[in-house]
Amino acid sequence: MATYRDRGIVLRSFDLGEADRIITFMTEGRGKVRAVAKGVRRTKSRFGGRLEGVRRTKSRFGGRLEVTNHVELTLYEGRSLDTITQADLLEHFRPVRENLDRLARVMPLLEVVDAVTFEGRSDPRLYHMLLGAIRALAEADAPLIVPAFFWKLLAHEGMRPEVACCASCGREDDLVAFELTEGGVLCRRCRRGTRLSPEALALLRRILGGQLVSVLGEGPSTAGHEVEHLATTALEHLLERRLRAAGALGGTQ
Amino acid sequence: MYAAPVQKLIDELGRLPGVGPKSAQRLAFHLLVVPKEEAERLARAITEMKERVAFCSRCFNVSEAPECEFCTDTRRDPQVICVVEEPHDVVAIEKTREFRGRYHVLQGAISPIEGIGPDQLKVRELVARLEPEEITEVILCTNPNIEGEATAMYLGRLLKPLGVKVTRIASGLPVGGDLDYADELTLGRALEGRREVEAP
Ligand SMILES: [Zn+2]
Ligand SMILES: [Zn+2]
Repeated sequence: MATYRDRGIVLRSFDLGEADRIITFMTEGRGKVRAVAKGVRRTKSRFGGRLEGVRRTKSRFGGRLEVTNHVELTLYEGRSLDTITQADLLEHFRPVRENLDRLARVMPLLEVVDAVTFEGRSDPRLYHMLLGAIRALAEADAPLIVPAFFWKLLAHEGMRPEVACCASCGREDDLVAFELTEGGVLCRRCRRGTRLSPEALALLRRILGGQLVSVLGEGPSTAGHEVEHLATTALEHLLERRLRAAGALGGTQ
Repeated sequence: MYAAPVQKLIDELGRLPGVGPKSAQRLAFHLLVVPKEEAERLARAITEMKERVAFCSRCFNVSEAPECEFCTDTRRDPQVICVVEEPHDVVAIEKTREFRGRYHVLQGAISPIEGIGPDQLKVRELVARLEPEEITEVILCTNPNIEGEATAMYLGRLLKPLGVKVTRIASGLPVGGDLDYADELTLGRALEGRREVEAP
């Protein structure tokens, strides 16, 4: 069987049988990869018959395959599922793991990356986007990271909305609504879809216009909520299913 | 295709977790050929369990009585609650013989990606116990993985302002493992070395 190496971010993990786990990664080289980690849940192992009862705490992969971790992997290809033979920790993102707010913000990012990707389709740009977002969160909390990431992702998936002028008539002022199926923002005359405040429009323009760093330095705001709601609706439309992570801990902002 | 009663059994077995249509068929035909007493023993075990065992109305551990053996044991410290994810975690902690208080079983852990938040767990029920039972300490004994940590952080934030001492088991447990698999000694030490959760 062929062995390969790649680096990836752990998106999610499922228990399999008594002690194994199926881990989903977003990798740099191969896009989304699902692989099995054998014996990962056992934290003890018995020595042979003579020493029965003597146990030693030992987990095959330690905590290296926990969700959000960035790892260097060796895998071998299986017919339906690859098997992880080695995992080295590259980044642990402890500040994200140990803070409930940041953890609540990172989860929707992992969920949408899992949802928009397919196994067998390489997407190094998306891997780097996700890695960048988690690194930013590890450095400092960023209440606007979820809407910002969602919009970047929509643009990456070819659904970049028009935000400079009315998507229908081209008018540059009096932009009051947003409808992705119309192509973006709409003026008062053409308005359809969701109402858009001037603050939310300004925020949307900054997110999509290369001012991400300054956006991430800001605190939560009603414009942030608005932009996040628009992005979530657009992503749910694209994916044809509901996103769950954003609401589970009572919102991300 | 099969006699109606056989098909009915296949359908019922097929609804169990991890049992596909093929296995359901195999199990049904196995039960068809085993002695009558053996099949009846299985049927009785299922009925008896459903009739006699449910969840403790106070701590949500599995229990034969309306309240479980730990909640009714007067020799245990009634003012300290150990919060765990699943009933099998209670078994793991009991084996250490380190804990003499009571339990609260959340029946799961927060998992945003699965859409499981505090509302799907027995969190409200935990909060409701604090005042009437005059709880002085809540020990957060959720698993040392991301869901368990998120749950512990959430509960820490929720419970601290209510004026109760909130502690978390020491991180001696290997990260990424199940509490259930930790050996008695490690788990016992983790309990003993628990630390007060910092104000969020
Ligand atoms: Zn217009
Ligand atoms: Zn009980």
